[in-house]
Amino acid sequence: MLELRHLSKTYEGQPLLDDVSFTVAEGETVCLLGASGSGKSTLLRMIAGLESPERGTISFDGLDLAQTPSHLRDFGLVFQDYALFPHLTVFDNAAFGLKMRNQSKDEIQARVSEVLNLVNLTGFAHRRVTELSGGEQQRVAVARALAIRPRLLMFDEPLSSLDRALKDEVLDELRHILHETRIPAVYVTHDQEEAFTIADRILLLHEGRILREGTPAEVWSHPGSAWVARFLNVGNVVEGRVKSRMSKVGRWQVETSLGQVSVACGHAHADGERVALLLKPSDAGPLTVTAKVEDVVFQREQFKVELAGGLFIHLKDAPQVGESISVTFDVECLSHE
Amino acid sequence: MELGGCFVGLRPPRNDIFDMKLRSLPAILFLAIFFFYPLARILALTLEVSVLTSANLLLTSRVLSFTFYQAFLSTLLTFLLGLPAAYLFARFDFRGKSLLRAVTAIPFMLPTVVVASSFNALFGNRGWLSFLFPLSSFPQPSPFTLILLAHVFYNTTIVIRIVGNALTQLDPRLEAAARTLGANPLQVWTQAILPGLRMPLLAAGLLVFLFDFTSFGVILLLGGAKFATLEVEIYIQALQLLNLPLAALLSLIQLLCTLAFSILYSRLSAQMLVPTAPRPSTARRPRTLVESIYVASLCFLLSAFFVLPLLALPIRSLTRLEADRGERGEVQYGLTSAYYSELFVNRRGSIFYVPPVEAARNSLTYAGATVLLSLALGFPLASALARPGRVERILDPLLMLPLGASAVTLGLGFIVTFNRPLFSSHFSLLSSPLIIPLAHAIIALPFVVRALQPAIAAIPERLRHAAATLGASPWRVWQNVDWPILSRAILSAATFAFTVSLGEFGAATLLARPDFPTLPVAIARFLAQPGGLNYGQAMAMSTILMGVTLLGILSIEKLRLPGAGEF
Repeated sequence: MLELRHLSKTYEGQPLLDDVSFTVAEGETVCLLGASGSGKSTLLRMIAGLESPERGTISFDGLDLAQTPSHLRDFGLVFQDYALFPHLTVFDNAAFGLKMRNQSKDEIQARVSEVLNLVNLTGFAHRRVTELSGGEQQRVAVARALAIRPRLLMFDEPLSSLDRALKDEVLDELRHILHETRIPAVYVTHDQEEAFTIADRILLLHEGRILREGTPAEVWSHPGSAWVARFLNVGNVVEGRVKSRMSKVGRWQVETSLGQVSVACGHAHADGERVALLLKPSDAGPLTVTAKVEDVVFQREQFKVELAGGLFIHLKDAPQVGESISVTFDVECLSHE
Repeated sequence: MELGGCFVGLRPPRNDIFDMKLRSLPAILFLAIFFFYPLARILALTLEVSVLTSANLLLTSRVLSFTFYQAFLSTLLTFLLGLPAAYLFARFDFRGKSLLRAVTAIPFMLPTVVVASSFNALFGNRGWLSFLFPLSSFPQPSPFTLILLAHVFYNTTIVIRIVGNALTQLDPRLEAAARTLGANPLQVWTQAILPGLRMPLLAAGLLVFLFDFTSFGVILLLGGAKFATLEVEIYIQALQLLNLPLAALLSLIQLLCTLAFSILYSRLSAQMLVPTAPRPSTARRPRTLVESIYVASLCFLLSAFFVLPLLALPIRSLTRLEADRGERGEVQYGLTSAYYSELFVNRRGSIFYVPPVEAARNSLTYAGATVLLSLALGFPLASALARPGRVERILDPLLMLPLGASAVTLGLGFIVTFNRPLFSSHFSLLSSPLIIPLAHAIIALPFVVRALQPAIAAIPERLRHAAATLGASPWRVWQNVDWPILSRAILSAATFAFTVSLGEFGAATLLARPDFPTLPVAIARFLAQPGGLNYGQAMAMSTILMGVTLLGILSIEKLRLPGAGEF
């Protein structure tokens, strides 16, 4: 379906996107996750045809889109803060794209009712969009993008101005709509929870490059690089120095502030090289740490326990502050990116 | 002041010298005597039965329809140039952009005589075009075309400001949304951009129309009495035909029209969205060939249209293009400073002939008096309005009314009110030179108040409280807190009053005594007279007036507090 190849763009001499390639398959929701300034909104605008890449191609169903202007792409885009037309009603906002396609009144009427129903806005048709709440405006924006039966849906931080509770509710609805319509979607956000909830596949974007790609479960369990592990807050990331190569192929002896540990790495290291390690609590593992409990933070179903030395773990039952506990960690080697 | 604080039990005493009761009283009295009473006199004149004859009504309807016609046409033309220009400034970045934008704003602040002289120097039958293309096919623009062009010259900046600002305030994502939803470039304009510009377009249109409707100097000087708009006809009826009742009737109609437009305008501008946070600029360099052509050609057109008249005037004032006294034979073409040196000579020695240098002296004296008068009245008024009580809230719109009345109407009001001896049988205000600063103070007062009021309101009360707790007396508070903060605003208000008075033409033509003309009145006289020397002197005086006004504008810009309003 959608295929991006080697996209690059600079802004005032600084690389904004650097050789980005990915595909979106039929019915798939791909989520671009990254901090602000990572280039994810620019990427969306290029797919929408609102900006053009300096290098690389964007194609859909095998056809290059370079010469297709924005209004002929049939891609729906839900904007951050929605960009609803303030002079139009809910109905007219949703009908806008259909009117641009010169559809008949009856067709428009039928389609708009259908999409308003889909986003639970039946009965709002003749309200002014300026009178709506944030959540309702958000739904109008989704309805407007859906109405044109887009070949692709794009979301640019669509929930960033909603509060937490409303966010969860709308997110559920969006998931539902995306599954039901089977429209391929690109979803841009800086919010991990949102990304992990909605995505079939997550792309982690950092400084214009994709650092990690995979299903939410894959990305979470194997972040791959130190930056990703820290960004997602997957677990404790510890710096270490390679001491020696062990006899076994692909295993290294690494010196850390917590002691020596033997770890398997996917790539070769020289002696003395700095590496990052991801420590995850586990029943059996190469590293056991005994430390004093410094703080215990209540987090709904669990407690976050902070240990002396800067490590943290999650426990079902809260230990006493000052108590000494032993934790066994599984250790994963991270690339230094 | 301390006493006042004691009596008002509910409010804490204020530590500033503005907190005098009735501080707006002098200004109210002044406006009552010199604005509202003359207006009432005009109204009374129109109530006389003799005014409403069929001949008068016929003339009135003819004048009224011409006024509307020319204002409508001028507004249309102004938009024809202003809209593309507004789009240019809002959406594109190019070299020299801020300079070009500043140049388009200059005419709006120039005195009408200067603009009239500039157009005369460029397009008139003694100007550059007819000199450079004497017999060629280049058609000399008709006086009516000149009037329209001068109106466009004046008011394009309004469209650029209001519509251009609205364009930059528009959410650029609305356009993007329309495009992704399938709108082609034309539909993006009609469906997404124009609906958001409806209010600003209407507001700009109304304001331009209002200025064209009340235009006086440009029409009188470029068109002559043939092109009688309401304003010009009031002048003709009052001064040349001495038919004061008819002039009064025309004034009343004029006043009602401008009042209606002004109310409509303030309604509209109240409805316009006030931006809460400045948007990042959407302007960018032109990318496609079409865009580059658009930017380049419009830049060329704008700089030609705005720079040429402004250059034609000073150059014409230094160049001899016709014989000095209309004599036949060879004319010495070329550069000359004769027009300037002639300004200081009284050649004719007649009583009513006033050498230009005296007109300039009159103007400077009047302008100085206007500054003193408008500041003396405006400062207490502005400080009252800065922290309005119930009285001030009612007063505020009332005090701005003089803005809506035209200078010619004001002049007429003075004529019908102060033509009789005042106080004693020997003193008639109308024949006193004092009459001009009085009229100019009425015109300048709203500007002065609007310049001072935000500055006074911006001084936090706690600064004064802090000074007071540290032992400053009310006078010391004023000296050490208010004055340092306000001095810029006061200077700016004074400059404003000064430039307004210096360039004012409408009231001055009606009120100036023949032997005490102001500079603009003298320019108008010289323009009308034959001979290269007279014309050249008009050019020279206009150039000086333009220079002084530009200096004034420049210093106001320099003095402007960041964030203070413009229109």
